[in-house]
Amino acid sequence: MANDSKFTNQKFKLVGTRVMRPDGVDKVTGRARYGADASAPGQLVGAILRSPHAHATIRKIDTQKAEKLKGVKAVITSADLPDFTGGEGELYNVLENCMARGRALYDGHAVAAVAAVDAETARRALKLIKVDYKVLPHVTDVDLAIKPGAPVVQPGVKTKDKKAAPTNVANVTTYGHGDVEAGFGKADVIIEKSYKTEQVHQGYIEPHACLASVGPDGHGELWVTTQGPFAYRNWCATLLGMEMSQLKVTSSEIGGGFGGKTHVWIEPIALALSRKANRPVKLVMSREEVFRASGPTSPTSIDVRLGATRDGRIVAADAAMRYGNGAFPGIWGEVGAMAAWACYDIENVRSVGYEVLLNRPKVAAYRAPSAPMAAFAVESTVTLMAEALGMDPVEFRLKNAAREGTRASYGPTYGPIGIVPTLEAVKKHPHMRARLGKNQGRGVACGFWFNFGGQTCADLIIDVDGTVGLSVGTVDVGGARASLSLIAAEELGIPYEEVRCNIADTASLGHNDMTDGSRGTFSSGMATIFAARDAIEQLRVRAAKAWGIDVKNVSWKDGKAIAKGKRKSLTLKEIAEASPNTGGPISGHSQVVADGAGVSFASHICDVEVDPETGGTKVVRYTVVQDAGKAVHPDYVEGQFQGGAAQGIGWALNEEYVYGKDGRLQNPGFLDYRIPVCSDLPFIDTQILEIPNPNHPYGIRGVGETSIVPPLAAIANAVSDAAGVRMTHVPMSPPRVLAAIKASRAEKAPTG
Amino acid sequence: MKGIAVSTTVNGDAVEFVCDARETLLDVLRNHLGLTGAKEGCGTGDCGACSVLLDGQLVCSCLVLGAEVEGREIETVEGMADGDRLHPLQKRFLEHAALQCGVCTPGFLVAAKALLERNSNPSESEIRYALAGNLCRCTGYDKIVHAVHAAAGDLRRQQKARKKRKAAG
Repeated sequence: MANDSKFTNQKFKLVGTRVMRPDGVDKVTGRARYGADASAPGQLVGAILRSPHAHATIRKIDTQKAEKLKGVKAVITSADLPDFTGGEGELYNVLENCMARGRALYDGHAVAAVAAVDAETARRALKLIKVDYKVLPHVTDVDLAIKPGAPVVQPGVKTKDKKAAPTNVANVTTYGHGDVEAGFGKADVIIEKSYKTEQVHQGYIEPHACLASVGPDGHGELWVTTQGPFAYRNWCATLLGMEMSQLKVTSSEIGGGFGGKTHVWIEPIALALSRKANRPVKLVMSREEVFRASGPTSPTSIDVRLGATRDGRIVAADAAMRYGNGAFPGIWGEVGAMAAWACYDIENVRSVGYEVLLNRPKVAAYRAPSAPMAAFAVESTVTLMAEALGMDPVEFRLKNAAREGTRASYGPTYGPIGIVPTLEAVKKHPHMRARLGKNQGRGVACGFWFNFGGQTCADLIIDVDGTVGLSVGTVDVGGARASLSLIAAEELGIPYEEVRCNIADTASLGHNDMTDGSRGTFSSGMATIFAARDAIEQLRVRAAKAWGIDVKNVSWKDGKAIAKGKRKSLTLKEIAEASPNTGGPISGHSQVVADGAGVSFASHICDVEVDPETGGTKVVRYTVVQDAGKAVHPDYVEGQFQGGAAQGIGWALNEEYVYGKDGRLQNPGFLDYRIPVCSDLPFIDTQILEIPNPNHPYGIRGVGETSIVPPLAAIANAVSDAAGVRMTHVPMSPPRVLAAIKASRAEKAPTG
Repeated sequence: MKGIAVSTTVNGDAVEFVCDARETLLDVLRNHLGLTGAKEGCGTGDCGACSVLLDGQLVCSCLVLGAEVEGREIETVEGMADGDRLHPLQKRFLEHAALQCGVCTPGFLVAAKALLERNSNPSESEIRYALAGNLCRCTGYDKIVHAVHAAAGDLRRQQKARKKRKAAG
């Protein structure tokens, strides 16, 4: 029972209710402490010098003048850091990204850092560092980067064949099954289309920030805004040659991450500065640095081929997916290739992912990383196919949707899944019957995300007054403390208010994987249930002791120990109060690899209005339907649905990294990189479906990421409907939409 | 570097500080006065996370110099609650789950307060435009707009009750 993760289908008293979050008051009064809100006695201010060139050899860095400036306590370059050249590739990549060694690979790449008594002195010191660059040819476009003769970003990278010439294609991966060419042979209609998406940033409002302190004794502490204190601890310790147990990482409140805070950027540098200066160092990125040197997701170029029979059955599907990885190899094309066809049951299917190196920042995860671009290409083509067949796009999707038992294009066979129910809900939704006005159009699209479980650990302590402290190691990115407290209270049978959830530091709890992959509530929820069950075992033992009976005759129900033949039960509070005399403190613990994260599906409906004079698009109505497995706290599930949709809307319509011919990022600020503001959006309607995940006691699936997957395609389908021309390039900014409308008019106009 | 001595009022308290001429009001609040509720999201006036009221006017404190606030009145998120009683906006933000990560929340609360002080019954559209200078990346603004709308109702009811009491007393 204790560690059985099977779905129990129990009736909930607390799970599913909309309680107030325990960290709420701190967050509305300004008391909550984020990355940049901590200080230490004797603290220095760190600052980083960054390359103004997209690609350059660093011939020499002269730091002497900066070092001599009064108030400067440490200056470091790659020479002060371990050299992993020729060693383990990922260590080399991560550290090289934090601090360039010999070559600057993108505009904004760090080349040196200082720590000084105040920010002004640190800034002045940066200006005194002289870097001798030899500028090299660069490439920032995915399609240009794979052409013969393109500048090579990483001379060491050769695709598969070690004897081949260096290339910008770091890896090629293929997924699928069946005979794709034979499948196309059976098709009555084949649609081929190419798509492009521009690079976007996660756009968390809180820049990367940390406070690092390392002494000559090798002990260190790091306060940092992160999605994964344990991962940051492991990376930083390994990169700097420290023992993991000697570095304590505490996660601050996190001001948004969306995947961007799953990677180290400034943290190893702050620690290295602190070690050299022997003083605490606070290092905070400016917004410009956030854009130039952290985050972004891949720019992509994707070709899709889809074949169907006249009765509406997809018989073959193929996709070639080129994902920009930035300056270092990643797995982004592979993830895109895995996610591409996951919504459908297709006999002959293939997707090929290409990892393309560019002189752009190292690509980081962004909420369901790689899936939104894949869905944009696939779901646009699926709608085109429905149109070509004269079928309703929802019916066409339903006819081809994956079901329980379908073998997914990326390998596994699905258990109970939510794609069909979300489409059925869309079909019935009043939004689908609402009338469209002039210049308005409607689009529908589906989305999929894998979800993740992973290593998880939780401690649950029962205090002598009968209240409960729950310690988890997954960072709370937006309501997790409330959800996990609900789960602990549910399992123990006590009021929600009697549980306090604490996010543990790396010295206080065993390893926890990051808050990513929509795993926070799924995996820490599972660990919390197991820890509570462990505590209940203890509580039963104590009750049995008090009664002088065998523990197997004691059961636990509604927060009380009960035994046959005993008229009176013992409450958790009574057992807790007696604990000093019945064996001491009572606590529960669990450590699991939370397998069985249920896959997640969503279907979105979007109405837009396109101004044919300006090409400007306004989203006028938006509906998200998604399977949550079980919505532990519905408010925050809705919040995830709405937030993902809003990010998708920004991606679809506005957001874009604009690089100049010189390879420099031209819009590293919120004025020119415009994320949706309040007046850009309508209310975002949500419908939560609950198809229990059989591999979680409460049926929970992750909910955080899937909501960003359908919007690009849903909006593209809506804009194409409204404008009367198929949009294949995201963002669908006014100039692009206007150009498409004009081109289509010119095409339709009678010639001669 | 020569410091500039400034006397001002923050959340009703008389405050004195010495700052560098280049330091912003946000730097002063955060680094000299220990008020870290206002956040630096951009430093260029584009995100609104550092919103404060300056003589009742909504400003981005990253665009105001510390030296400019001599003799003026500053209100930050730390001054919104009345002792242990939360402001209706703070209460409604919690009830409506209008925050996820919460880093933009102080700025939104201050901007919403500025709106409700000049318009006690704003429409959805008025709320959306009044808050368009504040970026939130988590919520899609949906629950924020609902929370502000609800708080506006609370404040109107409070005002009505006050008037009634005044008339009666």
